[in-house]
Amino acid sequence: MAYRVKAEVMDAAAIDRSLTRIAHEVLEANRGAENLALVGIVTRGSVVAERLADRIHEIEDAEVPVGMLDISFYRDDLATRMNPEVHRSDIPFDVEGKDVVLVDDVLYTGRTIRAALDALMDYGRPCSVQLAVLVDRGHRELPVRADYVGKNVPTSRKERVKVMLAETDGEEGVFILAEDGEGEA
Amino acid sequence: MLSCKHIMTVSDMTPDDITMILDTADSFTEVNERRIKKLPTLRGRTVVNLFLEPSTRTRMSFEIAAKRLSADGINFTASSSATVKGESLRDTAKTLSAMACDLVVVRHKYAGAPQMLTECMDAHIVNGGDGVHEHPTQALLDLYTMRRTLGHLEGLRVGIVGDICHSRVAGSLVPALRMVGATPVIIGPPTLMPARPDVLGAEVVYSLDDALPTLDVIYMLRVQFERADAMPIPSNREYAKLYGMNAKRLAAAKPEAIIMHPGPMNRGVEISSDVADSPRCVVLDQVNAGVAVRMAVMYLLLGGEGGGTAA
Repeated sequence: MAYRVKAEVMDAAAIDRSLTRIAHEVLEANRGAENLALVGIVTRGSVVAERLADRIHEIEDAEVPVGMLDISFYRDDLATRMNPEVHRSDIPFDVEGKDVVLVDDVLYTGRTIRAALDALMDYGRPCSVQLAVLVDRGHRELPVRADYVGKNVPTSRKERVKVMLAETDGEEGVFILAEDGEGEA
Repeated sequence: MLSCKHIMTVSDMTPDDITMILDTADSFTEVNERRIKKLPTLRGRTVVNLFLEPSTRTRMSFEIAAKRLSADGINFTASSSATVKGESLRDTAKTLSAMACDLVVVRHKYAGAPQMLTECMDAHIVNGGDGVHEHPTQALLDLYTMRRTLGHLEGLRVGIVGDICHSRVAGSLVPALRMVGATPVIIGPPTLMPARPDVLGAEVVYSLDDALPTLDVIYMLRVQFERADAMPIPSNREYAKLYGMNAKRLAAAKPEAIIMHPGPMNRGVEISSDVADSPRCVVLDQVNAGVAVRMAVMYLLLGGEGGGTAA
């Protein structure tokens, strides 16, 4: 199916401002960075997590450990949507007792987060888990809610949300894509 | 996705399949280093280990791989089954099929037995070693170990030493090495070479000492006392003297060359104890890789069932 760009909902500056705000919110809610750890869901979630860690470093001068999580082995739709390209999970710190902020680019059905929670718990027992996302596009299928949201973007299920980040895509922006022939821009 | 439904022979696979299996195994190696070595990935799937020939490490390796992926593993050995009552392999296969097994790992003393199973059941079949034919998951875990230890596969010269004629390990490893751009060199006395060693596509050398300084990997095969009716070698001592790996030979090899062995080792015959226990011998790394590689094979065969397209 062919998709075309319907709207740009965030540009580079908007992404940047959102991440700065989320970094402040995370520090406020956790009263500093002392017990914090960030875990990004590969691939773009871990890019966002790295940027949040940099931002937190700028604000508080604190080093927050960053890990990345591949959830391929925890998916509930393995039978129909297996992605053979599996990445390595890498959590180079002990999650036991940490306040872990799980980071992803887009929050949609909540199934990815469900899988990520299972995956995370296999590494140990964090003190708490919070969720930060760059975009919340709605249409939840599970009781999952984000603690920190860059932007709420109302979408139709037929649309797609495309997040592009310099590290993975060479350019910056959040776009809504619509199927060809539907909903004029 | 793999291009093949079964893991039967190495030549059924493509170089891309091999790379995909090795890359996926990397992720499972990370899981195997965790405190909780368990994934929910294959929950509810049934994996049968149909081992009609003795095996310790291969059977245990597949069993552990299935358990770590949360599949239900059933072990079936010849001595404790209807096989001793005279049930044919075909009937055993149909019985397993009727019980709706998803994947069957077969080891059999006759070449082609796993191939026959593909014709009478729907499950994915993994060849766990068939006679003197092939042992594809061993070749995969060997490639994985070489890649992990030496950093790459392309351009490696791998000497496979010993009983080439009776070795299913060599049967799979030679084509697998060629597929990834490495050079297999088969080394052994003429009595343990196949009738036409040239058709294997490997370099053929009859003197281990001649080949030794050029090799990046020295792969010692086990002398299979149980398979050769009359061993075509004069004595174990003479074999060890001409084709055994020992400290003196290790000193003549490239300084970074590694020693591999599929196990179980006959210490004092094809490999001396001091070499077997030296840090350059990666036998235990091979065993470790075996679990990850078999997890990767099971995941890639069973994970994509249903044939849906990515949304």
